[in-house]
Amino acid sequence: MINKRFFFKGFKSILAPNSPAIALGCCFIAIGALLKNLGFNIHESIFSTMLTYALPGSLVMAESLLVGASLLNIFLAVWFVNARLYPMTVSLFPLMMHKSQPKWKYYFSCHFIAVSAWLIMKSNYKNIEKKHRIDFWIGIGSATWTIAVIGTFIGFYTSDYLDKNVMMGLAILNPIYFLCMLVGAMKTLQISASVILGLLLGPIFYFVSPEWSILLGGIIGGTIAYLIGELNVS
Amino acid sequence: MSASIVLAIIVTSLATFSSRFLGAISSNGIKENSKLFRWFNCLAYSTLAALIARTIIFPVGVLSDTSYLSRATVVLFCLFIFFISNRNFVYPTVISAIMMTLLSEYL
Repeated sequence: MINKRFFFKGFKSILAPNSPAIALGCCFIAIGALLKNLGFNIHESIFSTMLTYALPGSLVMAESLLVGASLLNIFLAVWFVNARLYPMTVSLFPLMMHKSQPKWKYYFSCHFIAVSAWLIMKSNYKNIEKKHRIDFWIGIGSATWTIAVIGTFIGFYTSDYLDKNVMMGLAILNPIYFLCMLVGAMKTLQISASVILGLLLGPIFYFVSPEWSILLGGIIGGTIAYLIGELNVS
Repeated sequence: MSASIVLAIIVTSLATFSSRFLGAISSNGIKENSKLFRWFNCLAYSTLAALIARTIIFPVGVLSDTSYLSRATVVLFCLFIFFISNRNFVYPTVISAIMMTLLSEYL
């Protein structure tokens, strides 16, 4: 089963001074308020955060519902925005794979893949013995997921007191936090080039195809950065 | 619960979970020091950066009602705070919310 010591060590990592808890919570407060304004009830809002647990995907779903999009359109729009979770998972899970751990832990805990949990794990995994990294990861994921649910709950019930300007302030928190975390992660040539090229190519490809811009920017920018890093090493 | 909202939530969660689950399955055969892993690492960072740039420059939701100038001001000022505060994540994050609220109120 799950090693409690490492689970709680991971869970407590959101209490660290540089924790994303505040940024994450505030963004889900904005989501909770948005969902209420869209006509969701409290059960649907919580259900949405628990099952989706990805901010951009929730935003896209909300926007799609607002314009009356079909279920197929919602699926495709969310898939395009959240396809980034695939390379994020593949670039994290091999660091946690251990033959002594059951596979169900990996298949269950992949639900916790989101920018905040991913960045916390990326900056802490070296301090944890490989065998216990999955339990540590489940702790981090449970903590960030809990914050998201609590944020949605607070946002739903305080939406009447949040004016539009405050909502704008809450909405900018997460991109700024993630931007700072990404800039902070620029410690090698490959990562630095990946971040810079992604920041440049994402918006550029938006003019070619808004739906594909994130994937195209990420794949092309990431591949160029990988080649730059490999050529530099050789 | 309304049926259309529940269906939209289920469809959204399926679209999201599919990428995560496929990633977990694909990770089985990948070694952490392999070239493939390094490539995926670059893709992940680059895709995240593309998403953040898109969220700031072409936002959806309430952020789309803010001006480019206010968003650019907040981003540049917060990066400045990030560097002068010895790469602290909390100060620029908190300041960004206060700045954006004030700018959207008075600009």
